[in-house]
Amino acid sequence: MSAIPHGLEHGHDHHHPSGLMRWIQTTNHKDIGTMYLIFSFIMFLSGGVMALTIRAELFQPGLQVVQPEFFNQLTTMHGLVMVFGAIMPAFVGFANWQIPLMIGASDMAFARMNNWSFWLLPPAAILLVGSFFVPGGASAAGWTLYAPLSIQMGMGMDMAIFAIHIMGISSIMGAINIVVTVLNMRAPGMTLMKMPLFCWTWLITAYLLIAVMPVLAGAVTMILTDRHFGTSFFNAAGGGDPVLYQHVFWFFGHPEVYIMILPAFGIVSQVIPTFARKPLFGYASMVYATASIAILSFMVWAHHMFTTGMPATGQLFFMYATMLIAVPTGVKVFNWVATMWRGSMTFEAPMLFSVGFLFVFTMGGFTGLICAIAPIDIQIQDTYYVVAHFHYVLVAGSLFALFSGAYYWLPKWTGHMYDERLGKLHFWCSIIFFNITFFPMHFLGLAGMPRRIPDYNPMFADFNAIATIGAFGFGLSQLIFLFTVIKCVRGGEKAAAKPWDGAEGLEWTVPSPAPYHTFEEPPQVK
Amino acid sequence: MSSLQRASENRRLLLRLAVAAVAMFGFGFLLVPFYNTICEVTGINRLMKADAQAANSQVDASRTLTVEFDANTHALPWRFSPQQSSVSTHPGELVRVDYVLENTTDKTVVGQAIPSYGPRVAAQYVKKLECFCFQQQTLAPHERRVMPVVFVVDAALPAEVNTVTLSYTFFEVEGAAPVAAAGRAG
Ligand code: HEM
Ligand SMILES: [Cu+2]
Repeated sequence: MSAIPHGLEHGHDHHHPSGLMRWIQTTNHKDIGTMYLIFSFIMFLSGGVMALTIRAELFQPGLQVVQPEFFNQLTTMHGLVMVFGAIMPAFVGFANWQIPLMIGASDMAFARMNNWSFWLLPPAAILLVGSFFVPGGASAAGWTLYAPLSIQMGMGMDMAIFAIHIMGISSIMGAINIVVTVLNMRAPGMTLMKMPLFCWTWLITAYLLIAVMPVLAGAVTMILTDRHFGTSFFNAAGGGDPVLYQHVFWFFGHPEVYIMILPAFGIVSQVIPTFARKPLFGYASMVYATASIAILSFMVWAHHMFTTGMPATGQLFFMYATMLIAVPTGVKVFNWVATMWRGSMTFEAPMLFSVGFLFVFTMGGFTGLICAIAPIDIQIQDTYYVVAHFHYVLVAGSLFALFSGAYYWLPKWTGHMYDERLGKLHFWCSIIFFNITFFPMHFLGLAGMPRRIPDYNPMFADFNAIATIGAFGFGLSQLIFLFTVIKCVRGGEKAAAKPWDGAEGLEWTVPSPAPYHTFEEPPQVK
Repeated sequence: MSSLQRASENRRLLLRLAVAAVAMFGFGFLLVPFYNTICEVTGINRLMKADAQAANSQVDASRTLTVEFDANTHALPWRFSPQQSSVSTHPGELVRVDYVLENTTDKTVVGQAIPSYGPRVAAQYVKKLECFCFQQQTLAPHERRVMPVVFVVDAALPAEVNTVTLSYTFFEVEGAAPVAAAGRAG
């Protein structure tokens, strides 16, 4: 059923408004999923332009392209736009498209609320990007918005705060919708432990979102009242404490990084069995590993704060707790490898991206472990080593999984096969340029180059030049993806209902492209 | 299950999750007193309260320490300086230093001093019994004040520390409505 009345009036031809109004009013999970995906790709390109401006400035020591003030705005906005505008909405787009199809539901539980969650995003994006053009420019406090900087900036900071409020509300509504859909809307016979892993990872992610997005909202609200209403939560002069901000922020921030990676785990767990033509190894252990990662993620936040003068006992606790997370993560990596073991593998673009994910994300996990060792982190905190770490897990992790999922489900979404040659080209360009960009940053960080600086010691020049060349290559490679998707939408070889012979799941039982309404009569799952 | 039944079940779950989200918003604010309490209990960050004098207040005359005094202002038009730049003392001995504070403007200004210590470990051994930093200071135009700090360096200070720097920075309290600063030991 669908939560809206027309679930009762079956069989008639649905006359939805056409043109722009169709998209503004739509409550269809597929339309909304598409809008989320397009929105996040636009934000991905905007954040990418900012990143390339940053890299252009860092191509050589000295100041050539932008002024330091603007440089700081760029690093801040790049982070905010990529995290809240690109990665998170992209995963919500996947959830919208795939979860109802995977569990045999006709739509999301609250179709109207689904529409609102999406349409909150464009105003938030306009606030964020628009803040570049107000007096004083955009927020330059870093994506973490640390006090006291965030208490001092101009009105661009207020706009960023409002944007975060709006995007937070959008995420919470989206998350609630997903939890209710997954828990209440499954087709008869689809027990929780039969659910595709993507639905599991999203269910757990949605709980994380409901738990921590409000904490971020609280943190930025405190900044706002410190700025304008005379409170002193973080203002040392009034008895507040800037370190308190870091605690509140990272209580949100660390679970947030898992919000950005758990759905990626879900996608990879769908793709690898398909192309290895074997069922996922250790399904139940995958579910438990995901849940334990989520629970542990609430106990490790201060590994971002080893240099704030925490007592040694605190450092030890957070160090060991962080390392503990590597155990369930290792279980997952093991299961993926075991799934491929002796499988009859083929390497179409989705599989290439998933295997690439496996290699490169794991490297990011290892550098994370190194950062987690308190005495080492005191050396590398706030250096390019940390930048390398989180781009390995976010770009080669979350983003590659998104590409993998996009190629995997494009035939279902569009009814056409994408151009396999272009998909493979996109993969090889991405993974090579990715490593050219970010691998040298490990060395820069170990040699002591601080992050978030527009100019640097000439001894860092060579690696920075390499990284910049890689970054432009990586950025341009993404145009291949854009081109491939447009080409696939407009035509191409007709896709069968199940274009991948190893694929399993309800989504492959409906025709390609998936009709506007699916599973109005719930399927029976054995 | 009928679709009406399902819709009401969905709404019930929606409500519960929404309540959870609102509760977590509150929890974010709850972290503030929680954090302040932790800092207070563990003695990490007791900025604005007098310390209890060390239980063992024996003067350790065999050990001589240099305590240096530093004074800064942060975007505050005040003159602020200690009357002596350093003192030689023994652990356990009561020390009094006077600081001079002068408002150089034609306006009433409220300020708050925040102490910090070098080396960092010294923070937990310098016991301030009296300090102008325990309250906000309101200075009338061109008012000048001499204000004391009274402290004892705990004899438990690690032996390798011979010099302790006590540094104050005065911040302007904006909005000047004397915020509940004294109540917040954070
Ligand atoms: C084995 C797993 C992981 C471990 C042990 C780990 C550990 C750490 C540590 C200790 C830091 C702090 C470094 C510092 O600031 O000095 C850090 C930073 C970071 N990590 Fe991870 N991490 C892991 C996985 C991930 C994943 C999966 C993501 C996201 C998809 C992620 C995203 C980030 C981000 C964004 C930062 C930097 C935040 C900032 O300061 O701006 N990490 N990680
Ligand atoms: Cu973390």
